[in-house]
Amino acid sequence: MKNQSVISNIDWITILIYMCLVVMGWMNIYSASLPVEETSFFDISQTYGRQILFIILTIPLIFILLSVDAKIFEKYAVIFYGLGILSLMGLFVLGKTIKGQTNWYQFGGFGMQPSEFVKTTTALFLAKVVSDSQMNLSNFRSQIIALAILGFPILLIMMQPDAGSALIFIAIVFVLFREGLPGWYLWTGFISIALFILSLIVEPVFLTIFTLIVMLIHYFFNRSIKRNPVVYAVIFVAITGFIFSVDYVYENVLEPHQKDRINVLIGEDIDMQKEGYNLNQSMIAIGSGGWLGKGYLEGTQTKGGFVPEQHTDYIFTTVGEEWGFAGSATVITLFVILFLRIIYLAENQKTKFSRIYGYCVATYLFIHFFVNITMLIKLFPTIGVPLPFFSYGGSSLWAFTILLFIFLKLDANKVNEW
Amino acid sequence: MIRKLFLPALIVIAALVILGKLFYLQILDDSYIKKSENNAIKIVYDYPERGYIYDRNNKLLVANQPSYDIMVVPRDLKNIDTLEFCKLLAISKEDYIKKIEKAKVYSPRLPSVFLPQLNKAEYAAFQEKIRKFEGFYIQKRSLRDYQVNVGANVFGYITQVNENIITKNPYYKSGDLIGMQGVEQTYEEILRGIKGVKYRQRDRFNKDIGSYKEGIYDTIAVQGSDITLTLDIELQKYGEELMKNKRGGIVALEPATGEILALVTAPSYDPAMLVGRERSKNYTKLYYDTIAKPLYDRGLLAEYPPGSPFKILTGLIGLQEGVINQNSTFYCGHGFYYGRGAFMKCHDNGPIQLHRAIYKSCNTYFANTFKLIIDKYGPKKGVNTWSDHLKSFGLGNFMGYDLPPGRKGHIPNSEYYDRWYPNGGWRSTTIISNSIGQGEVLMTPIQLANMMAAVANRGHYYTPHMIKKIKDHTIDTKFTTKHQTTIDKQHFEPMIAGLKDVYNIGTAAGAKTPGIEIAGKTGTAENFMKIGGKRVQLTDHSVFVAFAPADNPKIALAVFVENGYWGTRYGAPIATLMIEKYIRKDTIYRQDLENRILNATLEQEYAKPYSGQPFTINR
Repeated sequence: MKNQSVISNIDWITILIYMCLVVMGWMNIYSASLPVEETSFFDISQTYGRQILFIILTIPLIFILLSVDAKIFEKYAVIFYGLGILSLMGLFVLGKTIKGQTNWYQFGGFGMQPSEFVKTTTALFLAKVVSDSQMNLSNFRSQIIALAILGFPILLIMMQPDAGSALIFIAIVFVLFREGLPGWYLWTGFISIALFILSLIVEPVFLTIFTLIVMLIHYFFNRSIKRNPVVYAVIFVAITGFIFSVDYVYENVLEPHQKDRINVLIGEDIDMQKEGYNLNQSMIAIGSGGWLGKGYLEGTQTKGGFVPEQHTDYIFTTVGEEWGFAGSATVITLFVILFLRIIYLAENQKTKFSRIYGYCVATYLFIHFFVNITMLIKLFPTIGVPLPFFSYGGSSLWAFTILLFIFLKLDANKVNEW
Repeated sequence: MIRKLFLPALIVIAALVILGKLFYLQILDDSYIKKSENNAIKIVYDYPERGYIYDRNNKLLVANQPSYDIMVVPRDLKNIDTLEFCKLLAISKEDYIKKIEKAKVYSPRLPSVFLPQLNKAEYAAFQEKIRKFEGFYIQKRSLRDYQVNVGANVFGYITQVNENIITKNPYYKSGDLIGMQGVEQTYEEILRGIKGVKYRQRDRFNKDIGSYKEGIYDTIAVQGSDITLTLDIELQKYGEELMKNKRGGIVALEPATGEILALVTAPSYDPAMLVGRERSKNYTKLYYDTIAKPLYDRGLLAEYPPGSPFKILTGLIGLQEGVINQNSTFYCGHGFYYGRGAFMKCHDNGPIQLHRAIYKSCNTYFANTFKLIIDKYGPKKGVNTWSDHLKSFGLGNFMGYDLPPGRKGHIPNSEYYDRWYPNGGWRSTTIISNSIGQGEVLMTPIQLANMMAAVANRGHYYTPHMIKKIKDHTIDTKFTTKHQTTIDKQHFEPMIAGLKDVYNIGTAAGAKTPGIEIAGKTGTAENFMKIGGKRVQLTDHSVFVAFAPADNPKIALAVFVENGYWGTRYGAPIATLMIEKYIRKDTIYRQDLENRILNATLEQEYAKPYSGQPFTINR
């Protein structure tokens, strides 16, 4: 009667939202892949036909995930993590190189991107390690261990090189913050990103002066904490050094296409036919949607194939164009409810392991959602990450399904915990 | 606590930022809708064929011919073998680069005309190889095909719309054609029809992927309608031949209807000059000929003091106002004293009555009559009464004919003279020159012709017009509405009797033709020109007005020949020949007149003011 207990304890709200997103995703993939009349939905020579197949195949996958003993995810977390690392390493031998990136395995007709699954295995192992009673993220040793577990796959992914996927892993710092990582990690991260972008727009000298003023104000007006002038001086020197190295990093470290993506965002001289094309077309598609959109299957940008990769990373442009602001807001609201629901469930877990894992799930999904949508509307540089459950692709759909349903299994099992 | 709330707060804030930006893009900023239309919707126009133009005898005057423009979409250009391309079209490489640059400036994405109006041979040669030249395509258009080489001023011409027209009238898009001048302009909307619009959807390769929204916005082209003009093309042709090597105009009307039978201006040009690739070169040439002014329609635009023909109106107004009758007699002693030291010369002598005054064109008689008209009411009311009578003949204003409006002419009234003499003190004698068509009165040839039509009709006229029939339409009722003049019918007969004798025993006796009784009146119009800042008088314009047959008028006309001197010398013979041509069709009895006029040239006269030498006039 194990199954019964899963069915009665599982969180149906999450499953409902999951199903909504998958179905909406498929509808938009159907529209974006310019369906030819009189072919079957199941025609696997078409992307929408293949996506249906992928969706159907998630059913046995979910069934298996919900059937296995919930304990194995914690118990074998280290093995899963090890397999994940091996699969990343294996890429350098067996992987397929597309556009300079070696991040795919090719099996016959289907491809698989291991980094998608490594997200889950890393989350499991990290949850297991951090939930250990010996761990305390406020001390340095624990911080090193946690960051090393996270850092190893990031390093391998950076070597592919796939900066976009690596970025997703970095977001797990939010989870560690929840579990006690000192706040200055986050501050350092935020301030670095802000300074990086600002120093590309503002003259470094002005930025340095501005930083100095802010720090002096902070020093003289903030009497609640111990003020050590040496600490302030060190921080100021570090920031100044950072600001002046941005130009160097920008010119010498970033790849041309990465520079383009930053230029496009900050509006430096761009050619709308070249590096600016994708973003421009994506903005046109979304921006021309209006309140209610042009109607399902009526999007002129979508039908004309103006937006590249529209069924994968750019799938949300179809939503924006054909369903308008109303449809976009609905989809965004569904996602937000999903994230908040997962966090709510995570906070109610009885074990630290389940809670940490749940947080990882919410963070992964959120960061994908955030990066994917903001890059379409010129809020963030273009980074190719899929929109969870929406974008075309078996490997990403299954990876997200596994990620989510392991958590749902853990959640359903919490009554058996003590 | 802050650690628990951090991620949910971050999620909510991020979602709000995204929604805010989406709201801005989708709702507030509507530029993307336009951009998306530019991207994905291609408007394809289906140009209907322009209506044909026929003359009153159903002779085809203006038809259409196919023409081919080479269009270019700069963005689509790929691996063009410029050498071969340029050789094929006989253009230089510099020219090629210049044209492509120009097209890019207009739009890299939209088609521009690269080379307009290929002929059939060029089209055939290019069509064969067009596959090799990606980015170029051929647009078929329809050009005017003139069946006659006369009547350019009547037809007008076709040109591409300019920016000005596009902003004023949203129907027209860049590259569209529009009729300018003549009936092409007046009947533009009837002739052109309405172009069809098809909204096609296209993909990012500019490939057509079907109609936009199943074609709910598409419209079907409406064919242009054929029009029939009142013009008699044979008469027009004859008139233009007679006016060769002369400058001036002939306006011939059918009095019973106001239909324009001929509208000749000289010099003119072959309408075919303004078709095809040579159009703009030829147009510039015609436009900058500021001396002969071939684009200037003298029949409609030339304003002159009408001279002696105006005496007809002075006489009619005198009769209507009762200040003279057929038997009123004035004594002429080679002129008329209207003030101390002010004398109007006249070639006549002795006691004169209306009849003789007309055929002899006696200045004294009409000066007296004019004085009586004005003095009947006192200067102010007198001039206004006189002015109102004239205006009832359609003078002093646009006539409302269906050609570009031309000029108003000028008929002064009391206000006008009050402005000139602000302290008052002007009297009938001050403005006496008006009696004989000098002074402040100005008329255009078509107004003169219309005046003769009104006289021929014994008191009414129809607005002159060029349109006879429009296929599937009716013509404007203003052309079938009778305009009554303020002169009663009985006053016309004594006047016409005098006009008949102009040909029998009067000033035009030499231009008489057997079998057709013509009523006419000679005139000369003084004219001046500024040479080196000095006002210099030139040889008078030769003016003549007539209608025939006098008792059953079929044609009324006005002829004027610039610097032709006496009305008798050019005006009268040309009028006679035009009347003969129209009434007798092919037989011209006065072969002698025809030969003289066809061979006459006034080019030497026209060259005088530009010679830089002193010259004599009126020889």
